[in-house]
Amino acid sequence: MINGLEVIEVENITRRGSYLTDTGLGSWLFTTDHKRIGLLYLFTIIFFFSIAAVAAAAMRLNLLTPRGDLVQAETYNKLFTLHGVLMVWFFLIPSIPSVLGNFLVPLMIGARDLAFPKLNLLSWYLFVIGGLVALYALLVGGVDTGWTFYTPYSSTYSNTHVVIMALGIFISGFSSILTGLNFIATIHKMRAPGITWFRLRLFLWSLYATSVILVLATPVLAILLCLLAVERVFGVGVFNPALGGDPLLFQHLFWFYSHPAVYIMVLPGMGVVSELVSAFSRKRVFGYKFVAFASMAIALLGFLVWGHHMFVAGQSVYSAATFSILSYLVAVPSAIKVFNWTTTLYRGSIRLDTPMLYAVGFIGLFAAGGMTGLFLAALGIDVHVHDTYFVIAHFHYIMVGGMVTAFMGGLHFWWPKITGRLYPEFFGKLAAIIMFIGFNLTFFPQFLLGYLGMPRRYHAYPDQFQVYNVLSTAGASILGVGYLMPLIYLIWSVKYGKKAGPNPWDAKGFEWETDSPPPTHNFEVIPVQIEDPYNYPPIS
Amino acid sequence: MVGAYIIAQFQFGPDQASSLAGQVDALFLTLLAITGTILALVAVTILYCLARYRRNAQVDRTPIPDSSLPLETAWTVIPMFIFLGMFGWGATLYFKKNQSPSNATEIYVIGKQWMWKVQHLQGKREINELHVPVGRTIRLIMTSQDVIHDFFLPAFRVKQDVLPGTYTTQWFAGTKTGSFPIFCAQYCGTYHANMIGQVIVQTPQDYEEWLSSGTTEPAMALSGANLFRSLGCSGCHAVNASVRAPLLNNLYGSPVPLQNGQVVTADERYIRDSILQPELQIAAGYDPIMPSFKDRVSEEELTQLISYIKSLSKSTDR
Repeated sequence: MINGLEVIEVENITRRGSYLTDTGLGSWLFTTDHKRIGLLYLFTIIFFFSIAAVAAAAMRLNLLTPRGDLVQAETYNKLFTLHGVLMVWFFLIPSIPSVLGNFLVPLMIGARDLAFPKLNLLSWYLFVIGGLVALYALLVGGVDTGWTFYTPYSSTYSNTHVVIMALGIFISGFSSILTGLNFIATIHKMRAPGITWFRLRLFLWSLYATSVILVLATPVLAILLCLLAVERVFGVGVFNPALGGDPLLFQHLFWFYSHPAVYIMVLPGMGVVSELVSAFSRKRVFGYKFVAFASMAIALLGFLVWGHHMFVAGQSVYSAATFSILSYLVAVPSAIKVFNWTTTLYRGSIRLDTPMLYAVGFIGLFAAGGMTGLFLAALGIDVHVHDTYFVIAHFHYIMVGGMVTAFMGGLHFWWPKITGRLYPEFFGKLAAIIMFIGFNLTFFPQFLLGYLGMPRRYHAYPDQFQVYNVLSTAGASILGVGYLMPLIYLIWSVKYGKKAGPNPWDAKGFEWETDSPPPTHNFEVIPVQIEDPYNYPPIS
Repeated sequence: MVGAYIIAQFQFGPDQASSLAGQVDALFLTLLAITGTILALVAVTILYCLARYRRNAQVDRTPIPDSSLPLETAWTVIPMFIFLGMFGWGATLYFKKNQSPSNATEIYVIGKQWMWKVQHLQGKREINELHVPVGRTIRLIMTSQDVIHDFFLPAFRVKQDVLPGTYTTQWFAGTKTGSFPIFCAQYCGTYHANMIGQVIVQTPQDYEEWLSSGTTEPAMALSGANLFRSLGCSGCHAVNASVRAPLLNNLYGSPVPLQNGQVVTADERYIRDSILQPELQIAAGYDPIMPSFKDRVSEEELTQLISYIKSLSKSTDR
C-alpha cells in the first residue's frame, strides 16, 4: 500500500471513530448495535458466572470433610440448585451465542447488523429481567430442587421459591428464542455477495445449528415450567401421582428440552475451535463440509436421545435400548469433528498463542468428556454410574472443559477486535495452563468417586470418599485462580494493552478486514467473498 | 508408613459383591481400554503435529487435499461399528438386570423422606437395613410414599428409581457375606444424603436366625388376609359372595382380558392399580362396581394385600 493512502485511511478512522466512541449510559442501554449488545451480554454473564462460581466454591469447601461441616444440608441443596440454574441458563447457554455470536455474526457475513437489531436489544432485556427474577428467588430464600426440578418434589414437597425461579427461567427462555430467530434470519438473508452456504464460516454453521435448537426446544421448556407452576400453585394434577399425574412425564418433557440444550452448550464451542485451529495452523479446516454437516447432525439427532437420562427411572427396556443406540449415533458426528481438527494440524504452520492453547485444551477435554459419554450410553454401566459423580465429571468435561475453554479461547482470539487492544500474551498462556491443570484436578477424581458409588447432590458422605473429594476441592482452588487471572489482565489491557491493528493474527475473514475496534456500521463498503473461507496461502 | 497409609486411602473400584458386578466391571474396563487407546492416539497425534509443524520449523509442508472421502468414511464407519458393539454389550447386561428372575426371594421396600422401610415376606421389618442370605436371588418390590427416591447398591452395580404411585422392581444375588452400602441416588429433599443404609449379606443359617429373632410379626400374606377381610374385600371376591366379582385365586402372573379388549398381565402394578383405581382397568365380563381404596390403605397395607393375593397363586414359587 502507498504511504499517502495509509495516512488518509488513519485520518478517516479517527474521524468516524469506533462503536465504542460514544460513552454515555443511554448510548449503551438503548443501543441496537450488535457489538454493544454482545458486550452487554458479556458483562451480564460474567456477573451471573461469578455468583454461580461462588456457590460452587462453597460446595467444594463443604465437601472437604465427610460430615459437610461448612453449611447445613438445606443450604447445600440451595447452593447446588443456584449453581446449576445460573450456570446453565444464565451463563452457558448465552455464553458463546449471545456474546461472541452477537459480536461476530454480522462481521463474519459482511453485514452492518443482525436482521432484527431492536429484537436483539429486547433479548438482552428479557435475559436481564429473567436473571433478576432468579436472583430475587435467591434473595427471598432460594430454591432447593436442583436445576432439574424433578416432580413431585418440586411441585408438591419443596417449601422453597420454586415458582419464582421457574418464572425467571421462563422469561430468559424468550431471550433464547429471539436470539435464535435473529441468527437464523441473519444467516439466511444477510450474507454478503459471494458467501454461499459452503463458503459460510464454520462458527456460523455451528451457531445456525444452535439457533435451530434454541427455537425448537425452548418452547417445550416454557410449557413445562407453566405446567409445573399450575400444579404447584393450583394443585392441578399433572405430575404428582397423588393428584392423578405422572412424575415421569415431567422428566420426558424436561429432557426433551434439556438434552438438546446440552448441545446449545457445546456446539458454539465447536464452532469457535474450528476457527482457532484454522487460524493458528494457517490452513483450511480439514473436511469443511463434514464438520459443517456434523453440526447439523448433532442438532437434529440431539432431539432424539432425551431418554438416556431415564435409564433407571422406570421406562421400558425397549425404549431404553432405542435411546441407547441413538445416543451412540449422536456421538459419531462429534468424533468426526475431533478427527478433522486433528488432521487440520498436519502440515500446518502452527503457533501456540493463548487462543490455540485453549483450542488444543478443548479438543482433549471434549474428547475425554465425549468418551465418558460412551460409558453412560452403555445401558449396563449407566445403571451403576447414573446419578453419581461420574455423571457430574462427564458433563463438566463437556460444559467446562469444552464450552468454557472454547469461550476463553474465542474471547482471547477476538479480544483485539472487540477492544482494539492486545492482552498480555505471557499471562494469557499462564492462565490457560493453570485452568487446564486446575480443571483436571477438580473433575478427574470425580470419575473415580462416581464409579466407587458416591451419589450426586450429597451434602455429606461416607469417609471412604474423602480422599478424592479433597483432591477435587484442591483442584477447584487452582481453577479459581485460573478464572481470576483473565478477569484482571483483560480489564488491564483495555487501557494499557498494545494497540492491536485490524488483523493481529494475520487471520482470514471479514472481521479482520475492518478496524479494531470496528466502526459502528462495521464496514465502509460491504465486502465481497471471492474465495473459500480459510483460504490461507501455501506455506512453502 | 505414611506413604502406605496414603495409598490405602485411594480406592479404585467398589466391592464386587454380586453376580452382576464382575460383568459390569468387565464392560467398564473394556470401554476404558478402547476409549483410552483412542484418546491416547489423538493426543499423541496432536502433540506430534504441534511440535513438528510449529511456525518456524523447517519441515515439509507440501499441501495435502482439503478433504478426503475415504478418510472421512473410515472415521465415520469404524467408530460406528465400535459403538454398536458397546451398545450391544451394554444392552445385554441391562436386559439381564431388568429380567424378572424366577425363584427369587421377594422383599418389599418403601422409601419415604428420608428412610428406607423394608418388610420381609415372613413379616420381619427393618429400617435402613436389608438382611439377605448369600447366594440367593433377591427381588425387591419398591415404591415411595412421597417423592422419587432411588435404591442404589454400588457393590452390586444396580440401582432403580423408586417412584410414588407405582412399583418398580430390581434383583440381585449377593456373592459374599458382609455389609454393603445402600444409597438414595435420586435427590429427594433436605436430608437426601442421610437416606443411606446397609445391605447385610449373611449365610443362610444366620439369615434364618435373624428372621426369627426379636419381635415377630405375622407373615405379610397373613396380615394381608386379615386386611382382606377387615376391609370387606372378601365380601365380593369370594365364591359364594352375593356380588359377582373376579375370584383372585391364581390371579397373579396370569393374563387378564379387559373390557376394552386389551389383555394385561396381573403383576404387582396391576393389582395395586386395581385396588386404588379400579375403574381404570375393568376385567372383561364384570361390572365396574368396585369402590376405590385410595386413601383407605397405607403403602404398607397395600404390599401386604398384594402379598396375600400373590399367595393365592400356586404357580409362583414363594
